[in-house]
Amino acid sequence: MTRRALPGFTIALAVLVAGLLLAFMLGRYPISLSEIIDVLAAKLTGGEPHVSAAVETVILNVRGPRVLAAALVGAALAVAGTAFQGLFRNPLVSPDILGASSGAALGAVVGIYFSLGVLGVECLAFAGGLVAVAAVYLIGTLVPARDPILLLVLAGVVIGALLGAGVGLVKYLADPYNQLPAMTFWLLGSLASTNGTDLISLFIPVAVGSLALFVLRWRMNVMSLPEEEARALGVPTAPLRIAIIAAATLVTSASVAASGIIGWVGLIVPHLARALVGPDFARLVPAAAILGGGYLLLIDTIARTAASIEIPLGILTAFIGTPFFIWLLADVQRTWS
Amino acid sequence: MTLEGRALAIGYRDRLVGEGLDVGLAEGEVLALLGPNGGGKTTLLKTLLGLLPPRAGEVRFGGRSLASRSIRERARLLAYVPQSHVATFAFPVETVVLMGRTAHGGLFSRPSAKDRDVAVWALERFGIAHLAERPYTMISGGERQLVLLARALAQEPRFIVLDEPTASLDFGNQGKVMREIRALATSGHGVLFTTHDPNQALRLADRAFLLRAGTRVTDGPVSTVLTQQNLEALYGAPVQVLSDSRNGHTAFLPG
Repeated sequence: MTRRALPGFTIALAVLVAGLLLAFMLGRYPISLSEIIDVLAAKLTGGEPHVSAAVETVILNVRGPRVLAAALVGAALAVAGTAFQGLFRNPLVSPDILGASSGAALGAVVGIYFSLGVLGVECLAFAGGLVAVAAVYLIGTLVPARDPILLLVLAGVVIGALLGAGVGLVKYLADPYNQLPAMTFWLLGSLASTNGTDLISLFIPVAVGSLALFVLRWRMNVMSLPEEEARALGVPTAPLRIAIIAAATLVTSASVAASGIIGWVGLIVPHLARALVGPDFARLVPAAAILGGGYLLLIDTIARTAASIEIPLGILTAFIGTPFFIWLLADVQRTWS
Repeated sequence: MTLEGRALAIGYRDRLVGEGLDVGLAEGEVLALLGPNGGGKTTLLKTLLGLLPPRAGEVRFGGRSLASRSIRERARLLAYVPQSHVATFAFPVETVVLMGRTAHGGLFSRPSAKDRDVAVWALERFGIAHLAERPYTMISGGERQLVLLARALAQEPRFIVLDEPTASLDFGNQGKVMREIRALATSGHGVLFTTHDPNQALRLADRAFLLRAGTRVTDGPVSTVLTQQNLEALYGAPVQVLSDSRNGHTAFLPG
């Protein structure tokens, strides 16, 4: 089985490496491959780079944090999407199915409305995502249902709509000259303002959540069977569902807090990863993380370089995601596998 | 060891499906559960498997209440073969069978080399080892049913419970699956299955339990329970009997 997955992992890694290199090289200040190697080698060995200080600054301080953030957010959204698609036994599910993104969006616009500053906005976005999913889960437990999975999805739709109304209300009340543009910009998704502190607050929850999902990889395979079958195979589905939702929500909320709403990545990348390495979560989770990182790096590089102004990420991913999704729908039999 | 339901009331939180049911199954024995659609067969199966809590009464296993055993412990004693279905994700057949080993490992464990050996043995036992690498979604309905049987066997349970194992299978595959079910009992498993075909019960089961509208019509050895009179009472429809005078075999025809 490992033999079969090897070409798939090679492709995913190639996408990540290409994404990393292009993200460092392209931009208003073009940088060559040798300059990147020089600066990184100097950084690692503790020596002095042979390039100008400007090149070093661009690589380490300007593009570096953004490149790492793009790779992390892409990996996070792809891993969360993979987990949710398995858990809900539905390949059309994305990480925001339980309201993590809409909760984070409301948190962020409230933060901007009260002029809380960058850190305050991110904390509120993070908290908003967690609270929204907790509310959805609470509804799922309190309402009796034969099909707990379907109930959760429907509760997610309902809470998502309510949170969307909340976002609309805050935007309506916001100062149209100072606050509204900031809200709009945040809701469209961007990595432009990423700095070193953001990276730490992004990395820790993403690493914790992804690790939790990775150690549960075999149980996640079984959880993708119908509920009663999974239980008959000895898997305590109710507590495991909480664990998987908590881990995936942690990962999603952290990335949404860092970069705003970037749709489609968590929906599309799991499909591509599944096509590359198959449906076994032992391989799918790492493959989705690698591919998601590379994918968002490529998208972010396009966002930075395609036009004279930066294109919001959420808009680019939608332009790429929609045709891809239509192709998915038309090609159900092959790509579902 | 026996699996028994005592004075069971079965159903869901908002709906009682049946009550006053006493069912028992011993190792090495095949019990067929017959009855009209909506009569509570699947609900009874799920209650006996511990997937649905009894509304009253108790399911006991080896003299101990099933509810007092952990979900993992239950899975090592009781295997469930659902009606063959189309899976969401195209796991290879080998992985599907390996899922039967889940209850033998810890929460974070992956299948071990021993688990793989058991899976291969289970695949070989049903003559489907050549399918190991094929996606579960790309094999025929008959093959899928055999894969689910192999998965149940890989659980190394004492009892195997099957929900309409021959539904949606062609005539030849029905025979094959039924022979394998009989073989499971011969190798010491207790087997409980539901069916719409009294002839299958007659040929393969030791005992039959007739369930109508959530209550027991009758139960006992197939030769005494499966009669024209009982089947007509069970389904509320006329039944014909065919007898072969040479070997004494009987068969039932609806209508």
